[in-house]
Amino acid sequence: MSILAGKKVIIIGDRDGIPGMAIEACAQSAGAEVVFSSTECFV
Amino acid sequence: MKSVIKGAGYILVHTPDMVLHNGTTQTTERIVNPESEYLKELPSHIRSFDQALSYWPNQVYIGNKHPDELAEVAQPWCDKACDVSDRFGPFGQMMPQEEFLLLMQACDVFGLVKLEQGFADAHRAALAANPIMDETILARIPEAQTAGEEIARLVNEEHSEGLYHNGALVGCVNRAHDIDVNLSAHVMHENLVSKASSVMALLSAVKNAGIAKEDVEYVVDCAEEACGDMNQRGGGNFAKSAAEIAGLANATGSDARGFCAAPAHAMIEAAALVASGAYKTVVVTAGGCTAKLGMNGKDHVKKGLPIMEDMVGGFAVVLTQDDGVSPEVNLDMLGRHTVGTGSAPQAVISSLVTNPLDKHGLKITDIDKYSPEMQNPDITKPAGAGDVPLSNYKMIAALAVKRGELQKTDLATFPVKHGLTGWAPTQGHIPSGVPYIGFARNDIMAGKLNRVMIIGKGSLFLGRMTNLFDGVSFVIQANTGAEKAEAGVSEDEVKGMIAKAMKDFAATLLAQAE
Amino acid sequence: MDLENQKRVKEFAEQYGPENIVVLLGAAEGEASGLAAETVTAGDPTYAGPLTGVSLGLTVYHVCEPEVKAEFDDAVYDEQVSMMEMVLDVDDIINEMSAIRDEHCKYLG
Repeated sequence: MSILAGKKVIIIGDRDGIPGMAIEACAQSAGAEVVFSSTECFV
Repeated sequence: MKSVIKGAGYILVHTPDMVLHNGTTQTTERIVNPESEYLKELPSHIRSFDQALSYWPNQVYIGNKHPDELAEVAQPWCDKACDVSDRFGPFGQMMPQEEFLLLMQACDVFGLVKLEQGFADAHRAALAANPIMDETILARIPEAQTAGEEIARLVNEEHSEGLYHNGALVGCVNRAHDIDVNLSAHVMHENLVSKASSVMALLSAVKNAGIAKEDVEYVVDCAEEACGDMNQRGGGNFAKSAAEIAGLANATGSDARGFCAAPAHAMIEAAALVASGAYKTVVVTAGGCTAKLGMNGKDHVKKGLPIMEDMVGGFAVVLTQDDGVSPEVNLDMLGRHTVGTGSAPQAVISSLVTNPLDKHGLKITDIDKYSPEMQNPDITKPAGAGDVPLSNYKMIAALAVKRGELQKTDLATFPVKHGLTGWAPTQGHIPSGVPYIGFARNDIMAGKLNRVMIIGKGSLFLGRMTNLFDGVSFVIQANTGAEKAEAGVSEDEVKGMIAKAMKDFAATLLAQAE
Repeated sequence: MDLENQKRVKEFAEQYGPENIVVLLGAAEGEASGLAAETVTAGDPTYAGPLTGVSLGLTVYHVCEPEVKAEFDDAVYDEQVSMMEMVLDVDDIINEMSAIRDEHCKYLG
């Protein structure tokens, strides 16, 4: 069973890791619906 | 016309009590979890001024140590004392909290900063002895100060923001308006700290550049605070406000904002202003940020480490017209993250690093040193943010491998050869590329380096106005002296030659007439 | 995790049902990934945000983990993320994430 297809996805990206918008593109390509995407910054 | 880097100033202020009272990690914790273990533990993790002085990264920041020397010191650094613990360095200084509170008062033009009489009397002489201070600034500190009881009343009854030293209430910043939150005591405190640290940076940079204060025509402030009132919340202008206190009488200025990318934006703008001939001397400046003090304190305390985010930072860079020797900003080699670039890390790095190089047929390895985000890893690693400069170098190296400009086997040595070990405090805009400009100027002029790239990146999404990321980059290179060579014959010489030709011609005519 | 982000996670879990939510992380290293994962499963370990004491048990992965990577379009992943695999300690991230998932996720298929 797939993890992402048809699921509501919440994205917590990281400015010094993978930013939210980049993860968004990946999630959408897997058939997930992105309901929230944010990028955190620790510096 | 070219613009050159004439000098730079870098300053730090040790603000242990502001960590406790003004850092957002602490102020938030006090609201949501007032009885927390963290708040109880925190005071025992605060460093003394002497400890801050002998902290390796701090000594690098003010120029007493070179980043190459820091790279030789095994991490962590917080448990090692630097062999230099001077307060002053070639780039600037570290100021203790007590002097800074007086400087804040000198920077206040609205009578908002109140200091307890005994405290002000005890520390006035120390500030007066500071080599960057002058009579005009010191005269702004009133002789008659405030009684302790009145300060306590202002804090308890009038919403004033307390000023503390060694845990004692020694003063306060009053609100500048009863209703307007933009002029609240909290905001005024934050802005006065930014302004006062910017003044320190301006004075240091002007001194280091060897120019007269009167020479400065324009100042660009690139900090991350906003000043204004309820009708114009970000009205500005920190630049001119700080220039006024610093005595830059011939300067006007404006603020450039863009989160941590702002200093790089401001540098490009300043270089362009000089290169266009609009202004002959422009200074880029920024003070520091109280909100970020102790930002990662929870992780540091949990791991038994000292609070290393106890320093307010500031920097300023003087740009002038070509002097024939100082390193120049190459305005033809700018990197920029555009609206269309996207947020994929490799797209970001390409836009900032390889796009400008491609324009000139240069390889990634043609840049001697990259200065992206120079956050001190001693602070960020225990907090889960990793080694930020190292991550940037790994990304640049990975891109170089992808482009066939670097062997995969050289991935590990790239950060050593083309990179730097981070030393700047996590004050947002302060570490963003610019801490290296002072060293870069020295090393380029000494012939050790030819080209360095300064990269600024900004987390615009934190303002909730866009989800975009941002960044710009520019290259500082050895002075090519081309303008001097091209000029060859000066205007005066040309005038002289024309005059001589006219005389000769006249003589010929006269001779013919005779 | 940022307090506003915790609030949003909590609201979306209530709105859509925790079993229908997947959280994807992009943290820069293992420990930070683990802390974020813990926040959306067992509750905020820093006792600061709205998820303090709230065990949502949401399904959570780091974007570089093989389970979710297999479901992404290869070209998209290559363009958006792949370079960061050379930068991040992916093994460390996987270890931290698996440990949290095994202990706290309530809706793994």
